[in-house]
Amino acid sequence: MLFGQRLRALAGWIATLAVAAAFVIAVAALFELLSHSGEERTQVLRGYEWITSGDLRVAFDLRWDPLSALMALIVTGVSSLIHLYSIGYMEHDERRETFFSWLNLFVASMLVLVLAQNFLVMFLGWEGVGLCSYLLVGFWFNRRLLVVNPLGRLVPGEPDDTREVWAPPAAKKAFLANRIGDVGFLLAMFLIFATTGSLDFNVVFGEASTLAAGTATAIALLLFLACTGKSAQFPLYVWLPDAMAGPTPVSALIHAATMVTAGVFLVARTHTIFEASGTAQTVVVLVGAGTALLGALIAIGQDDIKKILAYSTISQLGYMFIGVGLGPIGYAAGMFHLVTHAFFKAQLFLGAGSVMHGNDEDTDIKHFGGLRSAMPITFWTTMAAWAAIIGVPLTAGFYSKDQVLAALFEHGGIGRLVWVVGVLTAGLTAFYMSRYVFLTFFGERRWPEGRHPHESPPLMTLPLIVLAVLALVAGFALSTFTGEGGRLQQFLEPVLGAPEDPEGAVLIVAFLVFRP
Amino acid sequence: MLLTATLFAPLVGAVLVALVPASRQESARLVALVASLATLALAVVLAARFRTGEAGFQLGMTAEWVPAFGVSYRVGVDGVSLPLVLLTTVLTPLAIAGSWRMTDRPRTYLALLLVLETAMMGVFVSLDLFLFYIFWEAVLVPAYFLIGSFGGQRRVYAAVKFFVYTLLGGLLMLVGIIALFWLHQKATGTPTFDYEALVNFQKAPSTQRWLFLAFFAAFAVKTPLWPFHTWLPDAYTEAPTTTTVLLAGVMSKLGVYGFLRFALPLFPDGAHWAQPVLLTLAVVGILYCALVATVQRDFKTLVAYSSVSHLGFIVLGIFAFNIQGLQGGVFYMVAHGLVIGGLFFITGMLEERRGTRRIEDFGGLQQVVPRMAAVMLVITLGSVALPGLVGFVGEFLTLLGAFLENRVYAVLATGGVILGAVYLLWAYQRMWHGRLERDENRALGDLTGREWAILAPLVAAIIVLGLFPRPVLERVEPSARRVVEQTQAPSP
Repeated sequence: MLFGQRLRALAGWIATLAVAAAFVIAVAALFELLSHSGEERTQVLRGYEWITSGDLRVAFDLRWDPLSALMALIVTGVSSLIHLYSIGYMEHDERRETFFSWLNLFVASMLVLVLAQNFLVMFLGWEGVGLCSYLLVGFWFNRRLLVVNPLGRLVPGEPDDTREVWAPPAAKKAFLANRIGDVGFLLAMFLIFATTGSLDFNVVFGEASTLAAGTATAIALLLFLACTGKSAQFPLYVWLPDAMAGPTPVSALIHAATMVTAGVFLVARTHTIFEASGTAQTVVVLVGAGTALLGALIAIGQDDIKKILAYSTISQLGYMFIGVGLGPIGYAAGMFHLVTHAFFKAQLFLGAGSVMHGNDEDTDIKHFGGLRSAMPITFWTTMAAWAAIIGVPLTAGFYSKDQVLAALFEHGGIGRLVWVVGVLTAGLTAFYMSRYVFLTFFGERRWPEGRHPHESPPLMTLPLIVLAVLALVAGFALSTFTGEGGRLQQFLEPVLGAPEDPEGAVLIVAFLVFRP
Repeated sequence: MLLTATLFAPLVGAVLVALVPASRQESARLVALVASLATLALAVVLAARFRTGEAGFQLGMTAEWVPAFGVSYRVGVDGVSLPLVLLTTVLTPLAIAGSWRMTDRPRTYLALLLVLETAMMGVFVSLDLFLFYIFWEAVLVPAYFLIGSFGGQRRVYAAVKFFVYTLLGGLLMLVGIIALFWLHQKATGTPTFDYEALVNFQKAPSTQRWLFLAFFAAFAVKTPLWPFHTWLPDAYTEAPTTTTVLLAGVMSKLGVYGFLRFALPLFPDGAHWAQPVLLTLAVVGILYCALVATVQRDFKTLVAYSSVSHLGFIVLGIFAFNIQGLQGGVFYMVAHGLVIGGLFFITGMLEERRGTRRIEDFGGLQQVVPRMAAVMLVITLGSVALPGLVGFVGEFLTLLGAFLENRVYAVLATGGVILGAVYLLWAYQRMWHGRLERDENRALGDLTGREWAILAPLVAAIIVLGLFPRPVLERVEPSARRVVEQTQAPSP
């Protein structure tokens, strides 16, 4: 930020190296964590005092445990890849040093969010990522970006009837929708302090089970309101599709892999409060399921490649909330889906950016078609992510999505009903994603005269490849066919607790048999 | 002695400025700036000598004035007034620097600013009710001339409305002061206007209510508290912008300070009795003024309404009667002063360049003046109370304090934070984002060295105090706690 204009060419590399260094440190810290046994895997670092007033004592305390480690690794790891990609993507932009400084500010804020040891520091990160979302979505503050109308006709070469939209209103919408959710976060914090006398996680979670049911429900629902804002669930999801006005790396990082998952993380982190309120858990599952279905339905009719992915993200986030809303049987499943989704959705967005890059920044899939020969690497990597998101057996999405559905089915009662919604949505997901890849990469060429679609430079295709590989193998690597739910489940157990019923594997197998 | 020197240094400076010969009016600026910086230096020394952790008044001075009536010159600072004194002495040199390019009678203008500084500081440090009243009304004189003689098109109307409205409130308070004096004399035989004596003096609850109302009249108008705020939009808009910086940054704190220092400790039963009404008015003010700000076309008026809205939070915190609310309220006074000062400074800088303040006359400014845009964004976010910036600490504590006292009011007020983001971000978008439509905006110059010198300290404070509020919070705490205890005092 300070020296950007002189360092312009290097800005991207400095930023990327900083984040990559963070990733390396996170990996090292992970190994350090693993060297401890289960209960000792929570380390708290007490920091500088921030706000003290009366009985309120808040400091910049940090927490390193399996859950925060997982999130930190995802954030820094995926971000490093996206940073690398951005160096190529933003090569010709005259303000790219500002872009990179904001991108790094985002990663820093996200890390504050996941590493926080109390609600107020978490809120600092929470709003920090909201700020960066505002800045980055509005990055091209004076550029004309065309809106592609949904459900248009497929006619070769003919321009669609479009409107102009600019980034600033989208950025403002994102901030305001998040702000509404933030009111929930603030009120939850007030209520937590009023009833437990502290905002520190150790204290609050210790007391969570003694809270009156009504209080726990209120706190949980208020926190969930914040989640609907940040993670684009009904009814505050409306900002996410508009946020596609930002540069594509921003969509990949913030609006797919990390910021929007903060809500899922929040529920997982505060799970003891949610467990104290069956009502809140039901609300989370129902809203998650409803949003998953809604997102998938809307995605079917979209013609803008980024909007398809945006609604898909809304839908997949719904799955994650179903997972974490189910209680102990679902936490690991929800987080698992968060991880795999980060990989394949980031890949899909970066792939979309690659497609746009090679097609004069066009986002209308009606103008694509038959691109697989012109952009082979983009094509193959996108197909890998496609397989993952629709849940082709053995890919990452298969493992994670089915774990969520298995947990639902096992939950019984209303879980069975929601399971139907979940399976239906999975079918819709397969449909709209297949539509996406078919219209883009297969079929007749529909692009206008004079355009020469071409593959993207290595700086951009390398991250695509890495993410595609992860989308394929991460599921297998983090899970096994054995009963305890897999390696990820065991890793997260000290934080999230074990599910009561270890029969998940049986149901996974059952699904394989009965799924259409 | 140090405090008295700090207090009257600006007045001395004003005299010196007035003595500058008419042919060399520009040197008046230098004299004024030096005087205000000297005052700031004295205030810094004062702050360095302040003993953190003590609740009572320090660094003070007492001298007899009119013994027959028990009027004495008594001044002192505690944890509540020290930050406000610093705020005053910091904003004044910045305002003087901001007025550098003024060509219309700079000598008079700057002298008036300095007189205003002394008057406002006097309110914060007076520990004798009579002295307090003198300073309270003394504020009106320079303010009236600053608005009425140097202001915009409707300056006379605005100035008169401001003067009459505030004076009326002040006169009602005078009645209350005299009544209090008389009651005390009747009860104890000693004539005195001394603050501590009158606080310790036990008053019957019913009496307290009337007296509280009398003081309320003055403080409600000065804060301003909805619905007594109608003088403000005109006064702020018509006043020259560097005056508005001082009006919004410091003068607005006089009212809330008055509640905190006088109305609550002197009349605790009255305060408790009036609490529901005050909380209601505060919440209504927050929401109503935010809504009105949203539809303003003149950016300066938008900021004016925003100022009133944020002051509602401070009143809410004070009338929560708990430590978080009071400590948060005082902190928010400082935060508000910094942020609103910044907003008005930039408004003035834009006006100097373009001659207009209407939002629709701008647009796409980020392309032309990116540094100013960046600074404006930081200040705007400070006003929106983004965590990590100074506004958040104040807002969080006052809302928390309010929540601990009464959840309904707090929930409503918290909803107000959404509105704050709405009108500020929308205005920012219309003025700074988007395409550059108007040719007049193409040639604007970015921030000059002088302007950086004004804005940089404000921005630095907004960020640093947002992340490290402790130095302020720990100085405020003992005195705030004392007010909490005084307000809980059981009725006789």
